[in-house]
Amino acid sequence: MVPIEISDVTLVYDTPSGKVPGVKNVNFNIDASEFVCIVGPSGCGKSTLLNIIAGFLSPVSGEIRIGGKAVTGHGMDRGVVFQDFAQLFPWRTALGNVTFGLEMKGVPKQERDTIAREQLRLVKLEKFTNSYPHHLSGGMQQRVAIARALAYNPAVLLMDEPFAALDAMTRDEMQRLLADVWKTTRKTVIYVTHNVAEAVYLADRVVVMSPHPGTVKAEVAIDLPRPRDPLSVEFLECQKELLRHLGHDVNAKETVN
Amino acid sequence: MTENGQRTRSLLRAAITLACAAAIYEVLARSGYFAPALLPTLPVIAHTFFASLADGSMIQHAVYTLYRVMFGFCLAVVVGLPLGILMARFQRVEGFFLPLVSALMPIPSFALVPLFMLWFGIGNLTTVLIVFYAATFPMVFNTWSGVRSVNPLWLRAAGCMGADENSLFWKVIIPGASPFIITGMRQAFLRAWIAVVGAEMIAASDWGLGWVIFDAKEFLNTDLMLAALVVIGGIGFLFERMVFGSLERATIQRWGMSRVAKG
Repeated sequence: MVPIEISDVTLVYDTPSGKVPGVKNVNFNIDASEFVCIVGPSGCGKSTLLNIIAGFLSPVSGEIRIGGKAVTGHGMDRGVVFQDFAQLFPWRTALGNVTFGLEMKGVPKQERDTIAREQLRLVKLEKFTNSYPHHLSGGMQQRVAIARALAYNPAVLLMDEPFAALDAMTRDEMQRLLADVWKTTRKTVIYVTHNVAEAVYLADRVVVMSPHPGTVKAEVAIDLPRPRDPLSVEFLECQKELLRHLGHDVNAKETVN
Repeated sequence: MTENGQRTRSLLRAAITLACAAAIYEVLARSGYFAPALLPTLPVIAHTFFASLADGSMIQHAVYTLYRVMFGFCLAVVVGLPLGILMARFQRVEGFFLPLVSALMPIPSFALVPLFMLWFGIGNLTTVLIVFYAATFPMVFNTWSGVRSVNPLWLRAAGCMGADENSLFWKVIIPGASPFIITGMRQAFLRAWIAVVGAEMIAASDWGLGWVIFDAKEFLNTDLMLAALVVIGGIGFLFERMVFGSLERATIQRWGMSRVAKG
């Protein structure tokens, strides 16, 4: 797996009402196989940053290197999972969606079916290989999306609030599943969320961003053993620390989140 | 309820409606207020209908008409589909063709028949071109809106997975726009079917369902006119339900995309 270097990345949006800073002078590095969460309030530029790493947007200045190679557009070294369930192709079955990247790579049909089945087993959807997306629940659709992003074996997995539109119980289940998937595949993951508990549950390290303009405010390493217990004192301490960085008055309330 | 049960019930409802309409017609025809030559009863129409089927003439007429429709319709798809896609993908193509399409679309195809007759004479060429004219615009318009409404997320996701322009086109844009493309084909066929009958009335000789109606007028053969109308309605209905209906069931309904086209 490969490390990622983000150096001095700045992006400005051109809007009809003038220039709006998206992110400003963002610097941090990500180790190979590290799970990094980016948290921050809406408008802090966390999704913008992810889109720059994905290659959908190009920064005005600064650069991003993945495995030493500068990012200049989207590439197959990165897999992307979006928040919207509609990211799947409705005209393809779960299996057809997962094989798409392999098809583009020119992998022969038999081999790509085998790989796709393997990926669907990883996200526990082996029984739904031939289902069309509209017959799957939101959580299942997001699992297909994860399998699809992993299938062509990118070094880096970029995830933009993939579970934000799910109900709380499904979300917990999905977080456990993602933790397992990460343990098995050891991909480098960059995961954007506004949910502090989610970040503490998943991440090796959390990058806290603050808005106007979007900058990195703090970096917090989460050194808890896995699998993590969201009800443990240490877990809550980590959450409190993140909330402090986000500017919440933690002592005002006993329970957080 | 099962899908089959639903279909049977909807067929039953359609049959009831048609039977009611037929009954009202029959009552009017037998009321004595109208001349039997102008309003023949259903048995008379049925007799003419089966006789024209038995001697093969009606089938021959229908074959001519279908040939003209399919020729013109296929031509419209071959031209309209790529044009609609190009218009949606390239601003310059859109800028050039959109005013042309907007200006030509409101002209009824029937109004062009006399002009086309002078240019192309009487016969298949004129009728096929009229059909082509009528069917092209719904095809272009629907394809154009369909491609523009392809979810950008699909393009983004496909791009991430290494899709080049060619694969994007065939594997994302075309299936993504399919609800609109199928609607476009449906509308194009209906317009073509309407146009062909009109065109045949004036610009065909000897063969074609439109020509049958126009020719029968000379001899006051209302029963033949009505029999031809039944055939026209029947074939149109069959195509609408069977061909396009099953195309929809096999694609966009199966993919859960049919709401997109209707909404």
